[in-house]
Amino acid sequence: MKLKFTTLAAGAFMAAAPAMADLVVPNLSYRTGPYGANGTQYADGFNDYFTLLNERDGGIGGETIRVPECETAYNTEKGVECYEATKGGGALVYNPLSTGITYQLIPKAAADQIPLYTPGYGRTSAKNGAVFEWVFNAPANYWDGASVAVKYLLDENGGDLSGKKIALVYHNSAYGKEPIRTLEELAEKHGFTFSALPIDPPGQEQKSQWLQTRRDRPDYVLMWGWGVMNQTAIQEAANIRFPMENFIGTYWSGSEVDVQPVGAAANGYKALTFHGVGMDYPIYDDMKQYVIDPGKASQGGQFVGSVLYSRGMYAAVVIAEAIAKAQELAGTSQITPAQLRDGFEALEISAERLEELGLPDFGPAITMSCENHGGSGMARVQQWDATERKWTLITDFTEPDQDVLGPLIAEDSEAYAKEAGIEPRC
Amino acid sequence: MFYREAGDFKTTYRDDGQTFPIRLDRWGYYVILAAAFLVVPIYIDAYWANAVLVPFLIYAIAALGLNVLTGYAGQVSLGTGGFMAVGAYAVYKLMTSFPEVSIVIHILLAGGITAAVGVLFGLPSLRIKGFYLAVATLAAQFFLVWLFNKVPWFYNYSASGQITAPTRRVFGYAVTGPTTSAPAKYLICLCFLFVLAWAVRNLTRGTLGRKWMAIRDMDIAAEIIGVNPLTAKLSAFAVSSFLIGIAGALLFAVYLGAADANEAFGINKSFLVLFMIIIGGLGSIFGSFAGAAFLVLLPVLLKNILVGSFGWPTNLAAHIELMIVGALIVFFLIVEPHGLARLWQLTKEKLRLWPFPH
Repeated sequence: MKLKFTTLAAGAFMAAAPAMADLVVPNLSYRTGPYGANGTQYADGFNDYFTLLNERDGGIGGETIRVPECETAYNTEKGVECYEATKGGGALVYNPLSTGITYQLIPKAAADQIPLYTPGYGRTSAKNGAVFEWVFNAPANYWDGASVAVKYLLDENGGDLSGKKIALVYHNSAYGKEPIRTLEELAEKHGFTFSALPIDPPGQEQKSQWLQTRRDRPDYVLMWGWGVMNQTAIQEAANIRFPMENFIGTYWSGSEVDVQPVGAAANGYKALTFHGVGMDYPIYDDMKQYVIDPGKASQGGQFVGSVLYSRGMYAAVVIAEAIAKAQELAGTSQITPAQLRDGFEALEISAERLEELGLPDFGPAITMSCENHGGSGMARVQQWDATERKWTLITDFTEPDQDVLGPLIAEDSEAYAKEAGIEPRC
Repeated sequence: MFYREAGDFKTTYRDDGQTFPIRLDRWGYYVILAAAFLVVPIYIDAYWANAVLVPFLIYAIAALGLNVLTGYAGQVSLGTGGFMAVGAYAVYKLMTSFPEVSIVIHILLAGGITAAVGVLFGLPSLRIKGFYLAVATLAAQFFLVWLFNKVPWFYNYSASGQITAPTRRVFGYAVTGPTTSAPAKYLICLCFLFVLAWAVRNLTRGTLGRKWMAIRDMDIAAEIIGVNPLTAKLSAFAVSSFLIGIAGALLFAVYLGAADANEAFGINKSFLVLFMIIIGGLGSIFGSFAGAAFLVLLPVLLKNILVGSFGWPTNLAAHIELMIVGALIVFFLIVEPHGLARLWQLTKEKLRLWPFPH
């Protein structure tokens, strides 16, 4: 009996190791827990784009793409387990959608020589490819977002923010703390007063922070939130009658799940994004024909076109383009993670290429190089319309303030290089 | 049949009082030790190390630590996560400040620092008991995590507040950092666990352990027969925190490599370790191991069976897994409130008589 159980257990563990074949792009997703509502939409978009490529084009360069999914629940320990469980199966690239997990994987992935693609999250200074050889975070990162938000506020105020008060409500984790340094620099440069209000994860409890906001009366509130924290914050802001048009969320605080629970009170809430939203892109014709109608969509396609679905799809688009580039460079369709890394580094997604993909003006043009793993950093602002129940883009792609960001990235990546004993390349 | 005790005579007190008085048990223990030290490191791969064995070994140390405090000395604590954080941040500060000193010394020092902090937070136990003490240690949990988030000195002023373990070597082999091999990770944790479990087992059999148990069973009676509650309770806090600090240091430095106080050492961790000792068995060394194994290995096993073998969607599997683990906890507590250790003890008694029960 005892022996039988042990063999059964061993068998079950062994079964976890998948067979080698195809191009493997693991999807470290989370569909459960306080971040599940957001994570599930992203994972669907990520899966569906690869399904589309498999169904329509027979994969990339004739190779089918396999997307094994692993549930992390936004938990770093489970993230490590998922990474270890999938890396043996020939995984080409990881996109864990969690800054905490990314921080853990950065040194591991470099040691295992597997690229990490962390669009809009993860470690900002990974933009410096000279230090972070295996990490790519194009098209935009947290500091780009902070800078674009401040630029937008500058535009609103005729180029002058002096004497204004800007508060940051943030998820008290590596993720939420990322923009603080940049915002402090920007506050010094533009003369606004900056204050930061931490909210302990998962963030259902934030009455006191909003009470403080009501007392301090900031002119603008920025938010770095994720999961249930977003909806709670928007609800609390509505409760203290904070004007929604002065409340700007980062990329991760601006999806349908965040605003819909608040109903009409969320009208006018703004958020950053680095890609388009909605279904008005030609790609969705193909998506409907090859993925949704035949019933192959992830989870039945219930979130197609939402902000986070689009973002998951966008991440998949960039990865697919990098794979194609890598195949071209390597001259073989069965690429290795190291070859994919070269593909990422040589990646160029122009406006024309996006149009070819059926996503005109969906994202900024991306050009990566040995030094620059983060693209241009351009982002735009979207606003929630509660009556129409949709997000509308209200600005064009805006360039962040690289004069401020450049030195900060250099400083942070140098500190990492020193700590980890990395000799900068390029 | 399983236990052939015929001819196994004990002629000295020493023989009679040993940890494994039955010869077959003793052999089993040596075989397991030999397998753990000699066989497993040869076959271990990165998945087995990082997903299964290393977390099991580390949580076993943490469970041992909490078992000293709660199981042996009867002081309920919900501050385990906070004390693990002390161990983790202590080892981080030591590793980065004194890179030339061996990591083993740093981990032991981190345990020592945690012991000091534990004694400090254990002081209220002299006045308050039971639920009230649980709340006081809960305060330690929240205070410590808040402290490590609030004061940038603890995380070396890094932008994100994360701490990352640099590479450190023992006998030329990396045991922390990204290049660590699976056997190195496993062996360093196993060595710590072996030494600590051996030490705790002997502590609990000696004067100190008897004092703890006397305090646990009835503190007034213990005081009357001459047990000093001050030294007994505070030594329990110190030993317990020492172990928990080492577990925290290993969790951060060897297992995770990077950590964030809120996420890695939150209140969930305190509950997890508390569940381990409740399910495993309060006041039992074996129980600490069994509880850690149950709560670390079962979710991984279920995940692999449900997703890997049955091909279920990951979210469904994750939900079912929570339900199964929860149901099993309730089931075990109803069927055997004294935990897996008692279950094992009963099985052993039955096996000693089998096949001729009375």
